[in-house]
Amino acid sequence: MGTATAGALFVASLILALALVHRPLGDHMYRVYTTTRHLAAERLIYRLLGVNADAEQRWSAYARGVLAFSVVSILFLYGLQRLQDKLFLSLGMDPVPDHVAWNTAVSFVTNTNWQAYSGESTMGHLTQMAGLAVQNFVSAAVGMAVAMALVRGFARNRTDNLGNFWVDLVRGTVRILLPIAFVGALVLVAGGLVQNFAAPQEIATLTGGAQSVTGGPVASQEVIKELGTNGGGFYNVNSAHPFENATSWTNWFEIFLILVLPFSLPRTFGRMVGQKRQGNAVLAVMAVLALASVTLTNVFELTGNATVPQAVGAAMEGKEVRFGVANSATFGAATTLTSTGAVDSFHDSYTPLGGMMVMFNMMLGEVAPGGVGAGLYGMLVLAVITVFVAGLMVGRTPEYLGKRIGAREIKLASLYFLVTPILVLTGTALAMGNADGLAGMLNTGPHGFSEVLYAFTSASNNNGSAFGGLTVNTPWYDTALGLCMALGRFLPIIFVLALAGSLARQAPVPESAGTLPTHRPQFVGMVVGVTLILIALTFLPALALGPLAEGLS
Amino acid sequence: MSTSERRVGGGLLDPGQLVRSLPAALAKLNPRTLWRNPVMLIVEIGAVFTTVLAILDPTFFGWAIVVWLWLTVVFANLAEAVAEGRGKAQAATLRAAKRDTVARKLVGDAIETVGAPELRPGDRVVVEAGEIIPGDGDVVEGIASVDESAITGESAPVIRESGGDRSAVTGGTKVLSDRIVVEITQRPGESFIDRMISLVEGANRQKTPNEIALNILLAALTVIFLAATATMQPMAIYAKAANPGIPDSLALTGDGVTGLVLVSLLVCLIPTTIGALLSAIGIAGMDRLVQRNVLAMSGRAVEAAGDVNTLLLDKTGTITLGDRQAAEFVPVAEVGEEELALAAQLSSLADETPEGRSIVVFAKRAYGLREREPGELATAEWVPFTAQTRMSGVNMDGRQVRKGAATAVMKWVRDHGGHPTDQVGHLVDGISASGGTPLVVGEVDGDKARVLGVIHLKDVVKPGMAERFAEMRRMGIRTVMITGDNPLTAKAIADEAGVDDFLAEATPEDKLALIKKEQEGGRLVAMTGDGTNDAPALAQSDVGVAMNTGTSAAKEAGNMVDLDSNPTKLIEIVEIGKQLLITRGALTTFSIANDVAKYFAIIPAMFAAVYPGLDTLNIMRLSSPQSAILSAVILNALIIIALIPLALRGVRYRPAGAAKLLSRNLYLYGLGGVVAPFIGIKLIDLIIQFFPGM
Repeated sequence: MGTATAGALFVASLILALALVHRPLGDHMYRVYTTTRHLAAERLIYRLLGVNADAEQRWSAYARGVLAFSVVSILFLYGLQRLQDKLFLSLGMDPVPDHVAWNTAVSFVTNTNWQAYSGESTMGHLTQMAGLAVQNFVSAAVGMAVAMALVRGFARNRTDNLGNFWVDLVRGTVRILLPIAFVGALVLVAGGLVQNFAAPQEIATLTGGAQSVTGGPVASQEVIKELGTNGGGFYNVNSAHPFENATSWTNWFEIFLILVLPFSLPRTFGRMVGQKRQGNAVLAVMAVLALASVTLTNVFELTGNATVPQAVGAAMEGKEVRFGVANSATFGAATTLTSTGAVDSFHDSYTPLGGMMVMFNMMLGEVAPGGVGAGLYGMLVLAVITVFVAGLMVGRTPEYLGKRIGAREIKLASLYFLVTPILVLTGTALAMGNADGLAGMLNTGPHGFSEVLYAFTSASNNNGSAFGGLTVNTPWYDTALGLCMALGRFLPIIFVLALAGSLARQAPVPESAGTLPTHRPQFVGMVVGVTLILIALTFLPALALGPLAEGLS
Repeated sequence: MSTSERRVGGGLLDPGQLVRSLPAALAKLNPRTLWRNPVMLIVEIGAVFTTVLAILDPTFFGWAIVVWLWLTVVFANLAEAVAEGRGKAQAATLRAAKRDTVARKLVGDAIETVGAPELRPGDRVVVEAGEIIPGDGDVVEGIASVDESAITGESAPVIRESGGDRSAVTGGTKVLSDRIVVEITQRPGESFIDRMISLVEGANRQKTPNEIALNILLAALTVIFLAATATMQPMAIYAKAANPGIPDSLALTGDGVTGLVLVSLLVCLIPTTIGALLSAIGIAGMDRLVQRNVLAMSGRAVEAAGDVNTLLLDKTGTITLGDRQAAEFVPVAEVGEEELALAAQLSSLADETPEGRSIVVFAKRAYGLREREPGELATAEWVPFTAQTRMSGVNMDGRQVRKGAATAVMKWVRDHGGHPTDQVGHLVDGISASGGTPLVVGEVDGDKARVLGVIHLKDVVKPGMAERFAEMRRMGIRTVMITGDNPLTAKAIADEAGVDDFLAEATPEDKLALIKKEQEGGRLVAMTGDGTNDAPALAQSDVGVAMNTGTSAAKEAGNMVDLDSNPTKLIEIVEIGKQLLITRGALTTFSIANDVAKYFAIIPAMFAAVYPGLDTLNIMRLSSPQSAILSAVILNALIIIALIPLALRGVRYRPAGAAKLLSRNLYLYGLGGVVAPFIGIKLIDLIIQFFPGM
């Protein structure tokens, strides 16, 4: 079996698995977010939080909930890192330096999981488990909660109520993430991942040197790292480490975990707005973009259009032998198409155009399928913009799912769309025009530039993967990237919730033959087209000076 | 040129109009007027900036860019000026009608002469033949024929009379005969003509909701491209520094991309096409309505017309011809059809009502019975139709023939000793049930009284209405027929005309309730009306078209006035509203799609010197970097001029479902918008490459 065939089978089996799972899982999530019944454990949490779980919130209250929860989380995480030497299970680690602690706190709360540190040599078990792992769950649940609020905006009429943030947060964690993570962790342990509290072991290597191998609760972290599209690895090399990703099939399973929730949420959306076909259309847009991206990344990597790959026959630099080129490329595409940012290969070593693909995936705003929740709301905002641009061409005030897209809606959607491109471009420009920014670059020329562009793209879009080749644990980069992560997460969330509030207040417009149908291939193609053109137009100059300059030479 | 000719010819753009509008376009370069169009203001700022650069460092390339950037702004202003110019011409004709007139005001029983501007609402004025009506109002006394050509362009005079729904008169129109007393309803300076003038001139034009939303999107796109070009500078400086030894070019130096090129790129990327044409599209949309003799009181109403979900149409005059017409003679047993036809014709000769005329016409058409003048039959004694007897007929040679309402004629037959059979009752009921009006024909010959048969009068649906309603259905618009008829009759006509629903035995309250119910469900409702009792419904509906013949109250309540008073025009209004929105959407799509080609021209031109691989992107094989950049800028400006006619005329619109419309426009303006500029830029490059410095 040729490499290409094997790679295609790998992708095909993933598609099949996702196709089988997305319906029941989507239906399950629909029930989770619409039922009125609380579990006993949930009631206990509500009582502890002092929350009235049956009271609904308007958009501003919902947004305050998100922000308050996130700010408290950042402070807690920061404190935990700074004080870890005084607490237990620290493995003797020193307190984390202030700029790294800030960056890491923001990074994990924003579902980015950008790691300006090396996990095994910086964080003790307590920080990993009580701090980072907890955020891996709740930051994902926050994303889903915001998405559900937006979906309710479409589904509901003449109301200010968008649900209750605390209920959505708790239910997402307790009923969706925890059960799947529990089963997934067992599968990963069976696949060879470690799960222990062992102290680092000294072992002698083949070359006679000594190496300290850290064990730990890896499998349980690993599963939520992928499932919650977080991406913060237990080890510095992330999913390339054999304890995080043992074999080719754990690699498959981890990609599956990355994609399963984002690809199931459109079903939940379809159920909630009462038209499954609308969910299918959103799913189709995501699938088309994702498949195109996976295919292109594979093609660029397998054809190895660069000097070294052509010399040695395959673009194996920076990739694990046990995964190979194709499966690494697929992992790379999946992790950047979502907001995961876990890596099982070194993106810096991809062929220039392959590297551009993983960058472009993030520039799309991570909507295909995107981070848990974040992908769905990002895609719905793009659908709103598409409806507006193209919807006028049917001769009516644009409307989506029975809601008019007027001045207020397009203003919020535009603001949402503006945030990340401006953060990426401004951040990159500042870095290139500033001694601190230039100081971190290990490479020069277009490749060095790509590394900086990648870092800001990853942070602003809350991906968290790194191209590499850039020294980012400096105060300047920690601060700048931390700001990008925070603004790139919370500004869009505020705009999305305001949009949800504005949609929910509207009376529905009845559908007629004159209404733009938003469930047909025509519309799917249109959203894909508008997304690609807008993103390409925004980023083409930057891409031209980085990966394109390198890849077309 | 007569008014009507001008209206017909209004759809096309003649080059002379561009030249005439040039001074106005130049005047609009003033930043204080341009700030309302942020996209174009940015182009102007860029033009000023590059002018300074070109003065400091004069090159042919630099000045060429400067000239074309200024032309871009001028072309955009020209689009707006041309659109406004057409309205101004119309306003001039209207102003001519608004001469200062003298009014003869009634004070008690005396008449006092005052200037028209001094009239206040409630004042009563006397207007006689040959005089100009001094202000808008209602006729409270008398009847007159009025020449309204000043506002409608229609030279045939119309009748205006006190009471009823034809009482409104407009200031500036001329009384041709008789004498009327008019109660003024307008305040000074707010007459109908004043409003018309300010409407067609676009003096107080306000942005419509969709226009506002679209402007927000354009602003967002502008911000994105500003960010993309501004942040490119440090990246370009780095790229240049990372490749030492490469000489500076016109596009890229050690200080980054040159100001000329940066501004050129920005102007090419921001949505100048739609930014330039947006206001012209709106003005032209209103203008298209004016060409069809409809005055919209606001752009918002025109836009709402495109969104309408439900059309309420009055049956009489809109769906059916004004009056019922004879369609069939049904004789009772023992009577021949010919015999009945003859009797029906005879009894109707003296009936001057439209129904009566239609019987005579039908008898002639279907039975070849020659129409006879009443005077022709010397011995006949004619009995004209009256509302009291509800019969008409003739007494001739001892024979009496009557035709009229079923109950009246049957009573007349019985009174003369006849006994109408059950069959007559069945015939009458049958016709009623089918929605028709039965008229019974009876005769008394000697002492024998009998019923001869029944005339079937029915509503005649205007030709082509069923097709129009089918079109509406394809556009997703529900049509509802409003009628005072009973449900049975209403249903029959509704079925024949092909409307989706009907409201029978409708009172003004029912109508209002129906509109509110539709709006409750999120639907937008359009209707026409003329009577005072239509006013509440007109005010409640989203698009209320008042007939110019209607009352002042109706005209005040609606948000459009149809000067032709043609209720069917509602359908055209809806189409114009849709066309307006489609034109905006199509040009926005086109504008964005255009950017792709411009990138392929400008990016290699900027950076191929430092990264030769990027020349791969120069797929148009443009001759030099300077020529590539200038070609893109020229194309960007020329597209505006090229699309002015489309913006004024509106894109072609055929009633169809949303999916079909969208496909067509997507291919044309989306795909076309991507492909066309590649060709355009290449063609311009082929020409300008021969200029020095290219």
